[in-house]
Amino acid sequence: MSDSTPATGRPQTPLPQPTELSKPYWEACREGRLTVQRCKSCDGYVFIPQPCCGTCLSEDLEWVKSSGKGTLYSFTTVYRPQQPTFEVPYTVIVVELEEGYYMLSNLIGVEPDEIKIGTPLEVFFEERSEEISLPFFRVRAE
Amino acid sequence: MKSPYDGVAIVGAYNTVQAKQLPNWTESGLVLDAIRGALGDAGLTPADVDGVNVSTWVSQLSSRTVCQWFGGRPSWTGTSHPGIESVLEAAAAIQSGQAHTVVIATAQCGEYTERESTVSWTRPENEFVECWGLYTAAEFALMAQRHMHIYGTPREAFSEVAAAIRSNGALNPDAVFYGRECSPAEVENSRMVADPFRLLDCCITSEGGAAMVLTSTERAKDLDVKPIYVLGGGLDRQGMSYVTAPVWEKYGWVGRRAAEMTFEQCGLSTRDVDFAEFYDPFSFEIIRQLEAFGFCKEGEGADFVLEGRIRIDGDLPVATNGGILSYSHAGVVQLLQKPLNAVLQLQGRLAPEITLHQPKVALATNGGSGALFCDVMALGSEPV
Repeated sequence: MSDSTPATGRPQTPLPQPTELSKPYWEACREGRLTVQRCKSCDGYVFIPQPCCGTCLSEDLEWVKSSGKGTLYSFTTVYRPQQPTFEVPYTVIVVELEEGYYMLSNLIGVEPDEIKIGTPLEVFFEERSEEISLPFFRVRAE
Repeated sequence: MKSPYDGVAIVGAYNTVQAKQLPNWTESGLVLDAIRGALGDAGLTPADVDGVNVSTWVSQLSSRTVCQWFGGRPSWTGTSHPGIESVLEAAAAIQSGQAHTVVIATAQCGEYTERESTVSWTRPENEFVECWGLYTAAEFALMAQRHMHIYGTPREAFSEVAAAIRSNGALNPDAVFYGRECSPAEVENSRMVADPFRLLDCCITSEGGAAMVLTSTERAKDLDVKPIYVLGGGLDRQGMSYVTAPVWEKYGWVGRRAAEMTFEQCGLSTRDVDFAEFYDPFSFEIIRQLEAFGFCKEGEGADFVLEGRIRIDGDLPVATNGGILSYSHAGVVQLLQKPLNAVLQLQGRLAPEITLHQPKVALATNGGSGALFCDVMALGSEPV
């Protein structure tokens, strides 16, 4: 695919509106880095962004780089779109990251009947606006 | 053993007209119709009401506004959302003497006009969800897909669930899909929406209203109605719906804690339940709840339904009025309609073809795995 064509072919889809809490996450995405909050008190990872650690309620959280590597935990290929600007079919996934946290994304570049839970995945970014680059996932060669 | 809600009775249960769209109605009009219907059903007058819990999704009607409709007389207002939580809250208010007769009502209409997109209440606006094209069906599909992966759950079980519940709605003259019979093969052949869910695995969207009246068993004795008893109930909430990834291993058994609480409160078990008004947004969710609440072992929900056990003539009929797959799904209204339909079934007031033979104990639920919450309550035709 060329650099000017979004991998998903649907640049008009709704974009995240960063909050005070999530601003560091989306700023890192814009720079091509996947990040996650980590608790300095108990080392637990926190995603989606929260004001405190879900284990010990400490507010002493830091943003750290995630490997962006994970495996496919679950998926659904969608044929009836959320809104007409989504081009169907598209595949929504839950990724289990190496660090042990989970995130939602889209899987790009795999035919619906070839998708398998457990497949190794890696993150890649696609610019959607000046402010937002979205973290998508593709199959990772092991 | 006495239920913690001993002394409280449900004496009024009323559904307004339900339809895909009700262009000539407002939410206020539906709420009033529902309240008058439920009070009339109980043989009570507006002057008897001293507690109110009314809220609506689109027009944001509040309990205190509705108290004003009652001339400002009611002293107690509930704050829970419509559904099991509001029924339990009202029951607790009556039992503690804060109110004597409570009316709960809600309605929804006038919102779903732009059909190119999925209905707005199914679309999350959250920054970590919306951009990936999720909506309710996709959230639940992610749970179903993981369940299929772990347990080998066959798709044919989904078709059986949808056909069983839609067959009840086909026999219910009040259902939006009345007369629309449905076989497992039709479900299997309907178009794919969000894999593994096909169109007929998914609930409908519609409009309508509903109301329920609760009072003390003491007062119920003077009324010409068959009182229904709140046997127990509990909530199971796991954070916000539709903002985080629906991870099966974390949230898959949501509702189990609520079911355990419910059974513990009334000293009953799954064996005592005669029918279940389970939340049925998608066929899979019935299989999950059967496993989560202990009606069968984990991973055996598919076998349970494929044996015909949730059919209207099975040993655990589910969504006996057709549920939200066929009866009606007017947004938040269905939350109240789950326990409400348990009342109608226990009172023997549904159409003859879907009326069970003298059922005694019902389980009703609100919410499911994709929503990360699941509330449960038990209702009975006799107190425990």
